[in-house]
Amino acid sequence: MTNDIAGIKKADVILIIGSDTSAAHPVISARIKQAVREGKSKLIVIDPKKIVMADYAEIYAAHRPGSDVAVLNCMMHEILKNGWEDKEYIKNRLEGFDEFKAEVMKDKYSPENVEKLSNIPAETLRQISELFGKAKTASLYYAMGITQHTTGTDNVWSTANLQMICGNLGVEGGGVNPLRGQSNVQGACDMGGLPNVYPGYQKVVDEKAQAKFEKAWNCKLDNKVGITVTEIFDAMYDGTLKGLYVMGENPYLSDPDQNHIIKAMERVDFMVVQDMFITETAEYADVILPAAAFAEKDGHFTNTERRVQRINKIIEPPKGVITDWEIIQLIANAMGSDWNYKSVRDITKEINELTPQYAGITWERVGRFGLQWPCPNEEHPGTPYLHKGKFARGKGLLRPIPFKEPDELPDEEYPLILTTGRVLQQFHTGTMSRKTEGLNNLAGPMVMISVDDAERMGISNSEVVEISTRRGEITAPAFVTKRISTGVIYIPFHYKESPANRLTNSAIDPIAKIPEYKVCAAKVQKIN
Amino acid sequence: MIVYLNGKAYEAKPEETVLQLALRNGIYIPHLCYHEKTGKAAKCRACVVEVEGIPGLKTSCNLPVRDGMVVSSKSEKVLQAQRMVVDLALSSGQHDCLSCEQNGNCELQDAAYYLGIERPSFQLYDNDYEVDDSSEFIRVDRSRCISCGRCVEACNKTVVNEVINFGNRGFDTKIVFDNDLPMGTSTCVQCGECMQICPVGCIIDKRSIGSGRNWEFEKVETVCPYCGVGCRLEVHVDRKNGKIIRVNGVEDSPTNNGMLCVKGRFGFDFVNSEERLTTPLIKENGKFREAEWDEAIALVASKFSEIKKEFGSDAIAGLASAKVTNEENFAFQKFIRREVGTNNVDHCARL
Amino acid sequence: MKFYRSHVLIAIDDNSLKAGVKKIESLLRAKLDKNNLSEEINVLETGGLGYFGTGVSMTVYPEQITYANLKEEDINDIVEEHFLKGRVVSRLVLNSTITKKYNFNYKNRVVLENSGIIDPENIEEYIGVGGYEAWEKVLTQMKPSEVVDEVKASGLRGRGGAGFPAGVKWSFTAPIEAKQKYVVVNADEGEPGTFKDRLIMEGDPHKLLEGIMIAAYAVGATKSYIYIRGEYKLCIHRLEVAIKQANEYGILGKNIFSSGFDHEIEIKIGAGAYVCGEETALIESMEGNRGTPRYKPPFPGVEGAWHKPTVVNNVETIANVPAIIKNGADWYNTIGVEGCRGTKVYTMMGDLKLPGLCETEMGTSLRTIIDEYGGGMKDGKQFKAALVGGAAGVFLPNEMLDVKMDFNSLKEYSAVLGSGAILVMNEDVDIVDILWSIIRFFRHESCGKCNPCSNGNPVLYKLIDKIRKGKGKEADLDMMIKVSEVMNKTSFCALGQSPYMPIKSAIDNFRDDFLKRMK
Ligand SMILES: Cc1cc2nc3c(=O)[nH]c(=O)nc-3n(C[C@H](O)[C@H](O)[C@H](O)COP(=O)(O)O)c2cc1C
Ligand code: SF4
Ligand code: SF4
Ligand code: SF4
Ligand code: SF4
Ligand code: FES
Repeated sequence: MTNDIAGIKKADVILIIGSDTSAAHPVISARIKQAVREGKSKLIVIDPKKIVMADYAEIYAAHRPGSDVAVLNCMMHEILKNGWEDKEYIKNRLEGFDEFKAEVMKDKYSPENVEKLSNIPAETLRQISELFGKAKTASLYYAMGITQHTTGTDNVWSTANLQMICGNLGVEGGGVNPLRGQSNVQGACDMGGLPNVYPGYQKVVDEKAQAKFEKAWNCKLDNKVGITVTEIFDAMYDGTLKGLYVMGENPYLSDPDQNHIIKAMERVDFMVVQDMFITETAEYADVILPAAAFAEKDGHFTNTERRVQRINKIIEPPKGVITDWEIIQLIANAMGSDWNYKSVRDITKEINELTPQYAGITWERVGRFGLQWPCPNEEHPGTPYLHKGKFARGKGLLRPIPFKEPDELPDEEYPLILTTGRVLQQFHTGTMSRKTEGLNNLAGPMVMISVDDAERMGISNSEVVEISTRRGEITAPAFVTKRISTGVIYIPFHYKESPANRLTNSAIDPIAKIPEYKVCAAKVQKIN
Repeated sequence: MIVYLNGKAYEAKPEETVLQLALRNGIYIPHLCYHEKTGKAAKCRACVVEVEGIPGLKTSCNLPVRDGMVVSSKSEKVLQAQRMVVDLALSSGQHDCLSCEQNGNCELQDAAYYLGIERPSFQLYDNDYEVDDSSEFIRVDRSRCISCGRCVEACNKTVVNEVINFGNRGFDTKIVFDNDLPMGTSTCVQCGECMQICPVGCIIDKRSIGSGRNWEFEKVETVCPYCGVGCRLEVHVDRKNGKIIRVNGVEDSPTNNGMLCVKGRFGFDFVNSEERLTTPLIKENGKFREAEWDEAIALVASKFSEIKKEFGSDAIAGLASAKVTNEENFAFQKFIRREVGTNNVDHCARL
Repeated sequence: MKFYRSHVLIAIDDNSLKAGVKKIESLLRAKLDKNNLSEEINVLETGGLGYFGTGVSMTVYPEQITYANLKEEDINDIVEEHFLKGRVVSRLVLNSTITKKYNFNYKNRVVLENSGIIDPENIEEYIGVGGYEAWEKVLTQMKPSEVVDEVKASGLRGRGGAGFPAGVKWSFTAPIEAKQKYVVVNADEGEPGTFKDRLIMEGDPHKLLEGIMIAAYAVGATKSYIYIRGEYKLCIHRLEVAIKQANEYGILGKNIFSSGFDHEIEIKIGAGAYVCGEETALIESMEGNRGTPRYKPPFPGVEGAWHKPTVVNNVETIANVPAIIKNGADWYNTIGVEGCRGTKVYTMMGDLKLPGLCETEMGTSLRTIIDEYGGGMKDGKQFKAALVGGAAGVFLPNEMLDVKMDFNSLKEYSAVLGSGAILVMNEDVDIVDILWSIIRFFRHESCGKCNPCSNGNPVLYKLIDKIRKGKGKEADLDMMIKVSEVMNKTSFCALGQSPYMPIKSAIDNFRDDFLKRMK
């Protein structure tokens, strides 16, 4: 998030697109609902599912999955046409406006034309644009509904374009606010758990950065960008990748095109999985190393608003179990290295030294409520919202983003659009949440299907049906509801007994390498 | 601004109430409906005080401070009224503390104790509420409800799930879910906000029932391991048995303000799960067998070294984790980059 | 206008409707028709005449003879004797004391001046007796602030119970800059044994409308609500008719009399709970919420319905306004006593010869009201007590009969005027029974918002019930006083504060009644 949670209530208008906020980020949804209820903010929700947040919205629009860029461009088209953009801001803080404008002002993005692409009525598109465009401060929240597309990067750029031309970046209560899905995704990224950057987003191809880490770590480092998750599994499948070390992840359920993943794991020579449980992925490992749970260790998580918070050890791990970093150190040293962290604090200190954004977030300073990065030194109070006064790169760059269709569209054989996501009561691949019986009682596998489609196919509520795509098939009970658009089905991906990702398309965004979980062609059939 | 409370001068903040001033300075005035988060409700009337120059008694929870104000919360007149008011609340339900989960953590009990009430003077309760056990994680025992309204405020205005309301009138007033449905079939999402804010033992954590007395647990703060909001938790832990008993949201946390969701509050069975791994496993002939740490570590180290030697560093990759700490992710990528010698490190940020 | 020899005013109110007035009226009309009298004798419907328990009644003008308790078979006699032969049917005439009260009663009327005289469903008649002159005067000659000042100067105090000066209340709302303000008329009249507002509305609905419009103009409200009990079907009907007529005459609506002032009046049906008569609970209920009181401040005048400034006044309060504007504050100050001007409408119930309504000057003694207006004690029984001020009132014994009935004088006896309910009890009445029913009423009506009232009333009820059943102890009396006193000091609204007054006065003044039950 460019902005902070406390700032949610400072927006006059809030746009949620591609986030089932009350299911995936319940406490942030509460803040947004508070803002609406207290009359501070008006809410716009754009989502193919009529999510709970839609009940609080001034305007709700169901768009066809994958039409996000068209919708966002249409909003900007209308905003520019009516002069609701922030002209001063564009002049002083942005560049690339003319090329950008040439794209969005194309007739193709008029409300009438975008109605055809998105299924949102032109009138609604106009209302959305007006409400958003005229707001003094508007904020935008999205989650995987924006990123998990072959056009994910385009989608993200479009949200940024919108917020830039409206002058909503770098202001309190505004911002482009991606909601991070897991407790420490933000931290994993910040800490360089990515193939192209060291901790603090210092590029591996940057010689200065390389030199800095080589000096600090007293070693030679590779200067070419590594491969991403999807590429890793492709390389395992092809046999070029021989060894895999998995720490606390469950790609068996979380990655697209499950059959492909399984084959890849079967083919790899050696695979280590470090986890609390024998996960579905661990079944394929050669060695499983037991790791401590969050409650059994100290350290820090960084949340979606960039707040670095302390986690504290609550109980002792089961006998024989040690923490992840201790295991890593053991392996490193067994490989002949010289690691000598005495406690987790030593690592924290190293993070402070090597990660400029974290330099001031020391063990001693974090306190009960953490600090928001960037926090470049020990006097710095932390940064609630980014881009104040100036963008990191100087001027904000507007990019023309043409609309592109998703990789796989419905056709005669697979006439429905399948989209996936989460439910409130479960989490990710269920490694943690499914161990709590009560949560399982509250939410089991399902496929959400519209009343229209269900009636057409003669499917009744709770009836177990078969869902298939070009990649495989699963069964799940049908949840027949008015909350989803006709022609769209939705499956949560938490369940190994109905693994949504056996169905999903592994086509990826060319830049971010994110698979298109949110759109693929599917069909539903009655069983027998 | 100076306010005199029970004969002593205190510096008051302009926007605070007399009750807030008192509590801030460690002076207890009985209060059952006021809570920092839900604010003044002025319903329980236990917080009455006397103010010089104003006839009668005033509820301190909604009484703004004024410069030079002279307040007494301990005069006999005040205490007598407070005593009767709390006595009435105590008489209204079934407050047999010994069998109540909230024992030792109950604001009604605190008030009664402070006022020297040993037992209720009246018997009003006539046992016609059944315990509502329909919800997965939460039990509602209306015989203990004092209609303070905190849960109603919290459900409607804090978490904005808009489930709880008051039904009936007068003495028969009770909290209802939706249109008086059992909690488990209502639209309640079991965020537990109402439970955390209930001053008595009416809305309670089903899973901690019978697991011990409040004072036996230690409270440790940490961060929720589920989604990216990063809600701050106050975990009640039974150190002796290494068990998590219950989880509250940290009220003053800027991220969650005490709120949690159903996972963050109730989803911790995995920690004490029987299925936890406690020893390394090595696969032999397609089957896992238990192994010592030394053996497992040595095997991993030698395998990685072999692959590195034979196929080069880039033949190895690592998946870091969005669920472990910054320190562990740092160590992991350092391991892959420094010891393995490749940038093939990623995690499921995108998934 | 036609010239008629006689006018017959038939009272149409809830009582007479129950007694079959409609049937009797049509019989009368048919009979007059048959005798070719319909061109000579004009039959008019009016509001209640201010009596209680007189069934179907009618007054014939100019003779001013009132017939009461009429049955269908009496119509023949009346037409043939009275209208054809000019002979009064004395067996049907309301007895002379009653007629005396009636004439006497009319002298001082302000609020009820037209009740029983004009047809409430005909705006022409209201206009004919000078109605809407005040409204015209306000619109054409007065600034809003002058209206507020005039009402302030009149000394008019609220008639809903608390007696707050109406002009002062308006002066809080008038200067507030707000897009929307409201006037709300409190016509909930939930007090047991009180129906004065009902008769005002039934008898002269246009007077209320005129008052509302003046109030609205004074404070700058463009919309008003009349929050009325659902049981008051006839009132609702007559108000609806009156609003419709006023709209048709351009007295209400957009750009009234080309003044640029718009006004709309809407009727809201109440939720049927006593506490909904409390102004903030009324507002909650009007907004569609649970009818429980809100915390004050902010007072409704600053933040009321839908958080907009809202003036809430009782029906009787508002009904005083047209006369004040028309005749001036000075005139109003000639009526009543210092600090308490004008008249008061009382609902007199109990063991009186003539129970019903009366309107008298503020400051009239209780004795006068009972003896003159109420016709004295029924059946020659002795007076024992009067419960003045409704359920929240005080039991006054014989020694206090000379108390002057106005807000200030009653205060000296720790008593209240309340909504003007007077329940007179004779020697046969047991105060324990009366108190028991009062406490049962409060227990039933407690809204449940605050702890002392919702739990205190059940405690009180248990105690009084025990005493009534002969199982009480003297200590229970002290406990009742103690509990109700704390309720009085700590309850959120006046409802929970109320039981103390009747309990304390009953036990102090009639302790023997309680002790008798303990033997
Ligand atoms: C429990 C309770 C019931 C009340 N009921 C009524 C009522 O029925 N009618 C009424 O006019 N005022 C009633 N009041 C008084 C109103 O709150 C308010 O004071 C009044 O409407 C203000 O109008 P006034 O200033 O013209 O008297 C009640 C007050 C309480 C506490
Ligand atoms: S658990 Fe949450 S949603 Fe359910 S009633 Fe309580 S506050 Fe409302
Ligand atoms: S359930 Fe608890 S919080 Fe809710 S009203 Fe009753 S006592 Fe108060
Ligand atoms: S409690 Fe719920 S909302 Fe908060 S961090 Fe945990 S999963 Fe997210
Ligand atoms: S005093 Fe009684 S009626 Fe008034 S708010 Fe309290 S419970 Fe409701
Ligand atoms: S705390 Fe003041 S009334 Fe309850």
